[in-house]
Amino acid sequence: MTDETTHAVAFTPEDLPTAKSFFLPHRIVMMLVFAAFVVAVAVFMRWDWLPRYLPRLGWGILVSLIMLFSTAILGFLLAVPIGLVQVTGPWFLKLPAKVFCTVIRGTPLLLQLWLLYYGLGSLFPQFPAIRQSFLWPYLREAWPYGVAALTISFAAYEGEVMRGAFAGVPPGELEAAKAYGMGRWTMFRRIWLPRAIHRALPTLNGETVLQLKSTPLVATVTVVDVYAVISKVRQETFLTYEPLLLLALIYMCLTGILVIAFRTFENRIPTRGA
Amino acid sequence: MKKALKVLAVAAAITVSGGVAASAEALKVGVAAEPYAPFTAPDASGKWEGWEVEFMNAMCAEAKLECVLTPVAWDGIIPALTSKKIDMIISSMSITDERLKTIDFSDKYYNTPTGIIGTKGQDIKPTPEGLNGKSLGVQVSTVHQAYAAKHFAPAGVDVKEYQTQDEANNDLAAGRLDAVQADAIALKAFLATDQGKECCDYKGEVAEDVAVIGPGVGVGLRKGETELKDKVNAAIKAIRDNGTYDTFSKKYFDFDVYGK
Amino acid sequence: MAADSLVNWGLLSLSAPGWGGVLLQGFFNSIQIAVGGFTLGLALGIGGAFGKLYGGPVLRDLLECYTTVVRAVPELVLILLLYYAGTDLLNQVLALFAIGPVDISGLMAGIFVIGVVQGAYSTEVLRGAIKAVPAGQIEAARAYGMSPAKVLRRITLPAMLPYAIPGLSNLWLIATKDTALLAVVGFSELTLVTRQAAGTTKAYLLFFLAAGALYLALTLVSNVFIGMLERHARRGFAVNR
Repeated sequence: MTDETTHAVAFTPEDLPTAKSFFLPHRIVMMLVFAAFVVAVAVFMRWDWLPRYLPRLGWGILVSLIMLFSTAILGFLLAVPIGLVQVTGPWFLKLPAKVFCTVIRGTPLLLQLWLLYYGLGSLFPQFPAIRQSFLWPYLREAWPYGVAALTISFAAYEGEVMRGAFAGVPPGELEAAKAYGMGRWTMFRRIWLPRAIHRALPTLNGETVLQLKSTPLVATVTVVDVYAVISKVRQETFLTYEPLLLLALIYMCLTGILVIAFRTFENRIPTRGA
Repeated sequence: MKKALKVLAVAAAITVSGGVAASAEALKVGVAAEPYAPFTAPDASGKWEGWEVEFMNAMCAEAKLECVLTPVAWDGIIPALTSKKIDMIISSMSITDERLKTIDFSDKYYNTPTGIIGTKGQDIKPTPEGLNGKSLGVQVSTVHQAYAAKHFAPAGVDVKEYQTQDEANNDLAAGRLDAVQADAIALKAFLATDQGKECCDYKGEVAEDVAVIGPGVGVGLRKGETELKDKVNAAIKAIRDNGTYDTFSKKYFDFDVYGK
Repeated sequence: MAADSLVNWGLLSLSAPGWGGVLLQGFFNSIQIAVGGFTLGLALGIGGAFGKLYGGPVLRDLLECYTTVVRAVPELVLILLLYYAGTDLLNQVLALFAIGPVDISGLMAGIFVIGVVQGAYSTEVLRGAIKAVPAGQIEAARAYGMSPAKVLRRITLPAMLPYAIPGLSNLWLIATKDTALLAVVGFSELTLVTRQAAGTTKAYLLFFLAAGALYLALTLVSNVFIGMLERHARRGFAVNR
C-alpha cells in the first residue's frame, strides 16, 4: 500500500480542521443545521438505554484500545525484521518475508481471523499435549486469536512500508557510517533503523488509524470490545440506528484523539533533512 | 457541478430501482444464515433444507403465498424485518414479550424443551448450582441467552454469547466452553454428529420459565400486517388439520414437535 | 471419499457431496459486489473530487464531512449502518423523486454499501490525481476555447489517469477484501458460505484455506492487470531515475 492510499483510506493529521476555519459564515450556518440535527437525534430517538450500558461501553472502549496498541506495537516489532530482510537479507529470508506480506495483504482480515480461531482453534484440543500444557487456559480464550490475527495483519502491511523505508535511506549516510568505522550492528542501530523509522512515521500513523478500524472484527470471535457491547445493545433493545450512530461517534472520537496525539508527537520530532 | 451531481444521483437511483423492482411480488422469508440442523441448514449444493424449510413450503403453499427463502444474519434479523429487507421470519424464533414489543408473531408452529449439553465426564447439571464456575455458551438474542442471563449469570456462571449456534457448538467441541444451552432438538442433532459424539453428552433440561422462554416458536411478522398474519395462522391450522404437518415432521422427528 | 488420507479433498469437489460449487458461487458474488461497488465508488469519487476542487464552499464542506466520516469510522460499522439505515434512507429519497419504494436485494445493498465507502476513498485519490495535473495544460485547453466539459473529457481525465491508477488499484484490492465484511450482515459472499460449509462439515481449516487461496488468486490476477494498465497509462512519460 502506498503512502497516498493510506492517506485516502485513513484519517490523517492533514485532515484536522484549524480553529479559525470554523468561523466562516457558511460554516456557522452549517454548524447550526448540524446542531439542530443533533438535538433532533437526542430528542426524537430513544436513548434511555444509554445509562445502563455506560460502564460496559467504557470497558469495551478500553478493550478496543488495548487491542489496538498491543497489536500495533507487536506488529511493528515484527515489521522491522520483515522489512529489513526484504532489503538486505539472503534469498531464504527474503522469499518467505515476501510471500508472507503478499498472502496476508491479499486476503481479507476477517477470513484470517476465522481461520485462526475456528480452524486452528479447533485443531489444538485434538492434541492432548496442548490440552495439558500451561498454554491451554490462554488458548481457550478468544483474545489471543484476535491479537494474533491483528498483529500478523499489521506486521504485513507495515513490513511493506518498512521495506520501502529501509531501501529509501540514502546510501551516502550508510557509507558515512561505515567510514566512521561503525560495525554493522552499530550502524543499523544508530543510523539505518532510526532514519527508516523516521521516514516511515507518517505512514505509520495512517496504518495505526487503519488498525483501529480493523479492531471491531475481533468481536466476531467473542472478544467483548466496544463494537460487541453495541451489538449487545442492538440485540437487547431491538434498536438499530441509535446504537450504531453512537458507535460511529465513538470511533470518530477515538480516531480524532489518535490523530491529534500523533500530530503532537510528530511535531516534537525535528524534520530537518527528512 | 452541482447539477451534474444531481443527475448522477438520480441516474444511480434509477439504476438501482430498475435492477430490483422485478421481484417485488414474492414474500421474502428470512432464516438465520447459519447451519441450524435439523431445522434449517444449507446442503452441499447451497440449497437450504430441513424441517423448517418444509414447514415454510407447506405453509406458503397452503396460504397461496409465493415465498422465497432469504438468509440473513441472525443478530440483524429483526431489523431486517422492520426495515422491509424480509417480510417474514421462519427461523426457530420463540414468541416472547420482549420481541412482541417490536414485531408481531403468528400462532406457534412448534415448541420444544430447552436443554443443556456439556463436555463428557464433567459434572454439570442444568441448574444454577450445577453450573457454578463453568462457562456456558448461548446464542445472542435468543430465549436461551435471556434465560441464562436471568438464572445462571447471577449464580456465578460465565455466560458467553455467540452470533450463531454453530459457533457455540464448535467452541464446546474445541474445549473453549464447558456447556451449551439451546433448543433440545438442535442440541441432540449436534450430539448425533461425529464431532458431537466425541466430545459431549446431554446434561438435561433446564427448569421452566415461561415468562422468558415463551410459549413456542412462531412466524415473525411486521406489526400491523394483520392480513398476512391471518393468512399464516389459517395456513398453520390447515396443515395441522389435514395431516401435512405430521407427514413432513415424521421425516425428522419420532415425537410430536408441535408440543403441548 | 478418501478416508485414509488426512485431508478430505472430496469436500472441495464441484458437485453435490463437495462444496466447491457453493464456494465458487460465493466467490462470484464477492467479485460482483467488488466490481459494482468499485464502479459506483468511482462514479461518486469523480463527482466528489470535482466537487471538492471546483464546487462551492457548502458543497466542499459537505464532501469533506463525507470523506472524513468514512475514513474515521471502521468499515464494519459503516457497513452495518448503511446496510440497515442506508437502504431505508435510499427508499425515502426515492419516494421524494416520486419513485415508489423499492425492494432492495442483498446484492444491490452490498454494492451500495461498498460503493459508498469506496466513493470516499476514490474522492481522495482522484482529488490528489487531478491536483497533480499541471495547471498550464488545463489553462492551455481553456485558451483554445474548450468548454469545461470538453476540458474534463479531453484533458483533465486522461492527464490525471497515470497519477490516479496506483491509488485506484489499491482501492480495487481493498474493495475485494471489504466484501468479506458483508458476511457479518448475512450476505452469501465467499467468506460466509465458507463458514457455512466449514460449520456443516467441521472441516474448518480446509475450507478457510481454500477461500484464502481464492482471494489470493483474485489479488494476484488483479496485480498482473494493474501492472499492464499502469504501463499503458504511463506510456510517453519520461522514465525517472
